[in-house]
Amino acid sequence: MNLTLSEEQLALQETLNRFVAKDYSFKTRHDIIGSATGISAPHWAQFAELGLLALPFAETYGGLGGSAVDTMLVMEAMGRGLMVEPYLATVVLAGGLLRDAGSEAQKELWLPQIADGSLLMGFAHYETGGRYEIDRVATRAQRTGGGYVLNGTKTFVLHGAQANQLIVSALDIHDAQPAGTLSLFMVDPNAEGVNIHAYVTQDNLRAAEISFTDVKLDDHSLLGEAHAVPALPTIERVLDAANAALCAEAVGAMEALNQATLEYLKTRKQFGVPIGSFQALQHRMVDMFTAAEQARSMAILASIRMQSANAAERRWACAAAKVLVSESARLVGQQAVQLHGGMGVTDELNISHYFKRLTAICATFGDADYHLGYVSDSLLAA
Amino acid sequence: MNLDPSESEQVFRAEVRAFIERELPDDIRQTVLMGRELAKEDYLRWQRILYKRGWGAPGWPTAFGGTGWNAVEKHIFDEETTTAGAPGQIAFGLAMVAPVIMAYGTPAQQQRFLPRILSGEDWWCQGYSEPGSGSDLASLKMRAELAHDAENGNHYILNGQKTWNTLGQHADWIFCLVRTNIEGRPQAGISFVLVDMKSTGITVRPIIMLDGGHEINDVFFDNVKVPIANRIGEENKGWSYAKFLLGHERTGLALIGQSKRVLKRLKNMAALERANGRPLIENQRFRDRIARVEIDLTALDMTMMRLLSAGEGKPLGPEVSMLKIRGTEILQVLTELSMMACGHAGLASLPQAWKPGWTGVPIGYAHTPPMAGVYFNMRKLSIFGGSNEIQKNIVSQMILGL
Ligand SMILES: Cc1cc2nc3c(=O)[nH]c(=O)nc-3n(C[C@H](O)[C@H](O)[C@H](O)COP(=O)(O)OP(=O)(O)OC[C@H]3O[C@@H](n4cnc5c(N)ncnc54)[C@H](O)[C@@H]3O)c2cc1C
Repeated sequence: MNLTLSEEQLALQETLNRFVAKDYSFKTRHDIIGSATGISAPHWAQFAELGLLALPFAETYGGLGGSAVDTMLVMEAMGRGLMVEPYLATVVLAGGLLRDAGSEAQKELWLPQIADGSLLMGFAHYETGGRYEIDRVATRAQRTGGGYVLNGTKTFVLHGAQANQLIVSALDIHDAQPAGTLSLFMVDPNAEGVNIHAYVTQDNLRAAEISFTDVKLDDHSLLGEAHAVPALPTIERVLDAANAALCAEAVGAMEALNQATLEYLKTRKQFGVPIGSFQALQHRMVDMFTAAEQARSMAILASIRMQSANAAERRWACAAAKVLVSESARLVGQQAVQLHGGMGVTDELNISHYFKRLTAICATFGDADYHLGYVSDSLLAA
Repeated sequence: MNLDPSESEQVFRAEVRAFIERELPDDIRQTVLMGRELAKEDYLRWQRILYKRGWGAPGWPTAFGGTGWNAVEKHIFDEETTTAGAPGQIAFGLAMVAPVIMAYGTPAQQQRFLPRILSGEDWWCQGYSEPGSGSDLASLKMRAELAHDAENGNHYILNGQKTWNTLGQHADWIFCLVRTNIEGRPQAGISFVLVDMKSTGITVRPIIMLDGGHEINDVFFDNVKVPIANRIGEENKGWSYAKFLLGHERTGLALIGQSKRVLKRLKNMAALERANGRPLIENQRFRDRIARVEIDLTALDMTMMRLLSAGEGKPLGPEVSMLKIRGTEILQVLTELSMMACGHAGLASLPQAWKPGWTGVPIGYAHTPPMAGVYFNMRKLSIFGGSNEIQKNIVSQMILGL
């Protein structure tokens, strides 16, 4: 067992800390979220320069061959700095799918572009009629002579309107296979029949609802080499990775909130004394601190298990982490606002923005109830 | 013991219900039930309707044009209007400053201010909190210095800042706690004054809240002249009037009617929303959460009725702190579940969809757009009106004697 970061990882962490402190202030973020695209090209270029976009990919594709623990460090910094850049959508989700399921040609084509910062991507998967279930896909890719015709609607596509390429989950349907096989397709968002309804999220990220009406895809759009290879295990794995990443992001946000709240307890005075001298608030702060520590432990567990070859072990850890991290995030977010009094509910202070991001993380790719369901059901399987 | 309403209570409830059915404008009802934003005029329209019926001031004695209802009747009225989707009556005039004017104001002040509150002609706001004085209100610093000139006669000159001022952008009048003496105990140097919001030297600056809404303000006072006739009661006695008022403020903060309304909407939402292709309400994990909060709300409702029954209709004592704590916590959980019910779709922010009459395409269902924002906004409940921590201090000191 070794639960310490390597030299290289410590250096990465240091670099990230410096980047957040120097280049991603709350004011900078404020300007970015108010811009038309809601993301920042110069900052994305810096991400590329620092090697963050190349981290999880093999060197043959312009990557750095990093691990899920490296991704955890990046996401933790995303949380601490409340960064709104499309790292999750482009690198973790789409990049992860390409890396795990792409054909050689697809990886050679797309991964270097992700790594050098020239390509933004999105993963269009969830649909209405479901909640957080991973396998409810009704979007159809009907095989035609030289390709496919895509029809369906996807919801909550993170940074869908900012992406240069989308990966879309759909049923690969043909005469011999009328029920279809869940598959993944590369789709150009500028293609005819793609309609993007972009919106801002509660926590000032960007997402979109995207409909596909008779969108023509060529034969090479299918992700991977062969037809009829079910994509569900790939999707499960990448959503586990996304949840592990979200857990790490939440840990970064919680630590920032706890730090700010502790500082406030020491400096805000009422009744002639710092409010941190009231025992009721001291105990609350201890609960918040403990929750963040527990969350960090589970985020680390999830990142380590992301590297496990045993899918059940991996899924359990990611689901369990999301349950605990969500509950911690709820406590820390709500109480940080509470202990700031009126200041906590203002838009001006960053406290409410951390709170909103934490709230959104809890509801993204499965809430605590959904993931508790997986952990709980696994008791029956055992 | 039994829970059967007395015959007069039954008649009263039926009368209130029929009135609302007949008189509450449908557009206002829809705006409230959907959790959308009410305009100033919506509040005023409803106040005028109540006024016409003689129900403009449910909490006032008949001598001042109120209904003279006892606490049980007020509770029934509040529950019926709230669950039906009527806007809350703005409390600052009716329920906060008016009782102070009745108890401590001069007859001239009563005649001047009370009728205009009742009819809705004057919108009042509250100027207590300052940047340095929230929970520790008695430490407030805004100065009021006595002066005299030919034009204004005896008057105060106000300098300082009030903050977290609710809906002051609509207000005609503000009641303020001001410092008239800087010596001795801080409580002993405070006066209670009524200030015309149109006075020269007042600046209202919006504070945008975490849900993007504008419902609170900073209010700056720069040499604002206030006639001495606008002081309530004696100079330096304002603290005791303010404490009297805080008791009134907290009674309304159990929010039982509002919670019942949100619970009902939540059940409807859970029937519409889908989990795994089935109604969300069939998902036991989520259904249990609704069931659990319904139990809490029932307990609160019973506690309220038990206290009202024991008090024979008279105003409640420090127990209201207990009701405020639980009531705000319950409504916070209900709004949180309402957001959770919406899943990913609840994360979309469509501020324009908060406006009444919006006909755009929602992400999710028609009920979805305001839910997350309402949850965020409701974090205020445990902060204002005396934070829940302060309420616990009150219970521990005043009830438990700790
Ligand atoms: C939406 C909103 C609307 C409001 N409207 C009005 C209005 O119209 N007019 C008006 O005058 N004011 C209004 N207020 C102000 C409100 O009354 C104050 O925010 C409240 O009294 C808390 O003060 P504060 O914000 O300065 O927090 P602080 O008093 O600084 O408190 C910070 C934290 O410390 C805790 N704390 C403080 N003292 C103690 C203690 N002794 N023991 C344990 N914990 C303690 C508090 O509970 C809180 O969690 C409003 C506030 C909000 C959020």
